[in-house]
Amino acid sequence: MIQKPAENLLVVGGSAGSLPIIMSLIENLPDGFNWPVIVVLHRLKNVNSELVKLLAGVKNGRRVCEPEDKTQLRDKYIYLAPQNYHVLLEADKTISLDYSEPVHFSRPSIDVTFEAAAHVYGNKAAGILLSGANNDGAYGLEQIWRAGGSVAVQDPETCEYAAMPLAAIHRIREVLILQPAVLALFLENLLLNK
Amino acid sequence: MSTRYDISPGELAGIVELIKLNYGYDFSDYAHASLLRRVLRFMDTARVKTAYDLKYHLTNDKDFFAWFLQTVTVNVTEMFRDPLFYKTLRDKVLPKLAAYPVIKIWHAGCSTGEEVFSMCILLHEAGLLDRARIYATDLNPVNIEKAKTGIVPMRYMKEYTANYQQSGGKNDFSAYYTARYENALISKELRSKIIFSQHNLVSDHVFNEFQLVCCRNVLIYFNKDLQNRIYHLFYDSLTPMGYLAIGMKESLLFTDIRHRFETVHAAAKIFKRKL
Ligand SMILES: C[S@@+](CC[C@H](N)C(=O)[O-])C[C@H]1O[C@@H](n2cnc3c(N)ncnc32)[C@H](O)[C@@H]1O
Repeated sequence: MIQKPAENLLVVGGSAGSLPIIMSLIENLPDGFNWPVIVVLHRLKNVNSELVKLLAGVKNGRRVCEPEDKTQLRDKYIYLAPQNYHVLLEADKTISLDYSEPVHFSRPSIDVTFEAAAHVYGNKAAGILLSGANNDGAYGLEQIWRAGGSVAVQDPETCEYAAMPLAAIHRIREVLILQPAVLALFLENLLLNK
Repeated sequence: MSTRYDISPGELAGIVELIKLNYGYDFSDYAHASLLRRVLRFMDTARVKTAYDLKYHLTNDKDFFAWFLQTVTVNVTEMFRDPLFYKTLRDKVLPKLAAYPVIKIWHAGCSTGEEVFSMCILLHEAGLLDRARIYATDLNPVNIEKAKTGIVPMRYMKEYTANYQQSGGKNDFSAYYTARYENALISKELRSKIIFSQHNLVSDHVFNEFQLVCCRNVLIYFNKDLQNRIYHLFYDSLTPMGYLAIGMKESLLFTDIRHRFETVHAAAKIFKRKL
């Protein structure tokens, strides 16, 4: 069971209106982009979501799973934050799940995982914040940026709900504002810059 | 989420050490990320700006520590949380437990009791409550005192009723409690077989033998070493063929005694001690 923990990490956060974007982002992950991806999506409680199945249907050599507590982050895996839990990260690059109060009325909260990524991965973290109707994610994305990681938001003009990216744009001077079609390019660039 | 303060790993270790010496609670093998987050959250609410100040107050003020403990242990819980789990208990586990003349159950980390009350309802509906002895324990004395009152906030009852029905419950859920303004009092008969007491999984020992141990959403707050120790504790607390239930996102993968359990239901996270 000794496996090398992943050296880089991408966290994608989304809420209302983000599902199609997340689907196509995962479908179009560039070849050679093997970073683990944690997807934090606001979902309804206790609704046994079809999301894992939906995403698992996306075939491109990557495994999609809902992580269990103490799962080691590994390349080529896509981790969906389980409903009802926050996803935290330990220094040894394992996941700690947490069932504490919702943040921004959300559990999982995007802020919580962005902040954890900033703490543990520093400038080897990247964050993307997509469409959503609340303020979750802006604070955490700023933490990734402060830690030297790369940050981007979905262009509010293209969002079904612009509030989430707008909140991040207000906080972060240098955030990249990207149309969904160029998100894959952003990922390719991450590889070039590391 | 406004944890604008920060403390270093060394400072956190110092705080943990102080609590151990002064109050006997040992948090040193808790999962670092969540513990740090809880401590920062507490500092934020208590408006304590530095680790130094925190240690000062913790040393000199018992009430301050009680408040700290209340924030640091995550006490969030629900009735019939994860309906699939309760449905599986109903369908697969309770019929087997029915074979025992006395059914002993341990809820470790029961928080304010919601999970235990749900269990009592299941036992009652299966006609097994009279034969049951339910030990419900938690590290946090405030939780135990709350649990003993049998009071659950009324505002969640609608959600709990839906959970109950999803778990296969067919009765009128409101018959199990009395509504009093913002509170629901769980019926006294339902609670008559519960023994609440304080028990710290880190430092206390096996205290009885059980046919079912439930420890859900507690071990996620521990690191792998401590999880492993606690799985041994549970193994030793179970009768052969006794059941162990853990949280929906927890796993036995990281314990060296996983081979001594068999899986009863993988998704509901119910296991059985082998002989
Ligand atoms: C999130 S609650 C889980 C409640 C319930 N089992 C559920 O799943 O809804 C976690 C509980 O574990 C308790 N706890 C934490 N550390 C403990 C320890 N060392 N021994 C016993 N209980 C502990 C906390 O006080 C808290 O009540």
